[in-house]
Amino acid sequence: MPAWLWIVLGVLVLLVVAGIWTFNRLVSLRNRVDNGWAQIDVQLRRRYDLIPNLVESVKGYAAHERELFEHVTEARARAIDASSVPDQVQAENRITRDLRQLFAVVENYPDLKANENFLALQEELTGTESKIAYARQFYNDQVMRLNTLIQSFPSNVLADAFGFDEREFFDIEDPARGPAAVDFAG
Amino acid sequence: MAGAVLLLAAVGYVLGLLFAAGPAGLVIAVVIAIFMSVGSYLYGDRVVLASVRAREVGPQDQPRLHNVVEGLSIAAGTPKPRVYVIPERAPNAFATGRDPEHSSVAVTQGLLETMNRVELEGVVGHELAHVVDRDILLGTILATLVGAVVLISEFFMRTWWWGGIGGRRGGDSRGGGADGILFMIGFLFLVLAPIAASVIRLAVSRQREYLADAQGALLTRYPPGLASALRKIEASAGIPMHSANNATAHLWLNQPSRIEGERLGPFEKLFATHPPIAERVRRLEEM
Repeated sequence: MPAWLWIVLGVLVLLVVAGIWTFNRLVSLRNRVDNGWAQIDVQLRRRYDLIPNLVESVKGYAAHERELFEHVTEARARAIDASSVPDQVQAENRITRDLRQLFAVVENYPDLKANENFLALQEELTGTESKIAYARQFYNDQVMRLNTLIQSFPSNVLADAFGFDEREFFDIEDPARGPAAVDFAG
Repeated sequence: MAGAVLLLAAVGYVLGLLFAAGPAGLVIAVVIAIFMSVGSYLYGDRVVLASVRAREVGPQDQPRLHNVVEGLSIAAGTPKPRVYVIPERAPNAFATGRDPEHSSVAVTQGLLETMNRVELEGVVGHELAHVVDRDILLGTILATLVGAVVLISEFFMRTWWWGGIGGRRGGDSRGGGADGILFMIGFLFLVLAPIAASVIRLAVSRQREYLADAQGALLTRYPPGLASALRKIEASAGIPMHSANNATAHLWLNQPSRIEGERLGPFEKLFATHPPIAERVRRLEEM
């Protein structure tokens, strides 16, 4: 075989190897994005489950804050029904805001703040809020890496050919480090 | 790690010579070294956890700690490690295990009592960085191998010490001139072995701490949390850690001290397993 044929063959082999590597990277990133999304979903559901308990336990002490309870409950129902990502993001932001308000109100009820049941619920909710934040952080990191790979040359050629789509970022308000955060000290 | 196995084999060999076992001593030593390595790969984490009397806690016992560990595992995209609490007043923590699927995070009771949530997240973030980087495997194997070297040389030192005082029983092989030289070499080696062990350990330890600080901060997205935790740990440096020992020193979040009010002198700094806290805090604050 002449030398040029060897060179062509070598380049071809390199291209195939690079192609396989890029394809596998795309697949693994797509799986990580899906997994990240599932993780957010788990934590959001956990929050939906906790909200009725929270409302119940606060009701016992602060019955006249009815309007606030209705707000939270309604926001929860909307978030559960949300069908698109932007809708969901908006609904989750509302829940986060309403919960903050609820916890601010609780500050006026020392008995409630000392209630063990309530404290356990508060820890669960604070934990869930931060897990949502971390799940979102992981998801967005992976989405960024996937989108970068899909947009960059030459991986974009493969991504087009095999139908890898860019994903949307999940932008929800950060509950743990906002100005009026749920009490996380202690 | 290969270095540690060789070191262990060499110590065993010298011991074999001293106790007149001949070349068979080397074979035995190598076999023991291999078993030790495989054993520490599989069970090192349990040995280390047991050596500090750590007990596993469930989400019901320590909800805050569990929530923090779970949240940061989600952020790092790794499985959630098992969670242990160590009955010590000094605030400190470490991670152990062989890979992210078989990992454990252990914190002291003192840490739980002194840190708020943000600081706890900083500490756990640092430990999870060690898990993700697989520093824990190296750290755990080193802990068990170095522990074995220290144990063997201490055992030897004591036998020799008491044997020397009580007079040598009978005319054993240590009496002759050539054996005397051999004995001196062996003695020197066994004194140097623990030092060599710590040098191997130091080579991997200090830079990894800065890296884990940085990666932990990347997980929490909040460097001041860990910085504040480190400052609190420095403030309580006087509290002794009873279960601390040379073999596990490099695993901890900060180098534990055994003696009440102990501070590191210039010589100890040379052999420190961790960089100074002030420097770690400074780097975190610059992020």
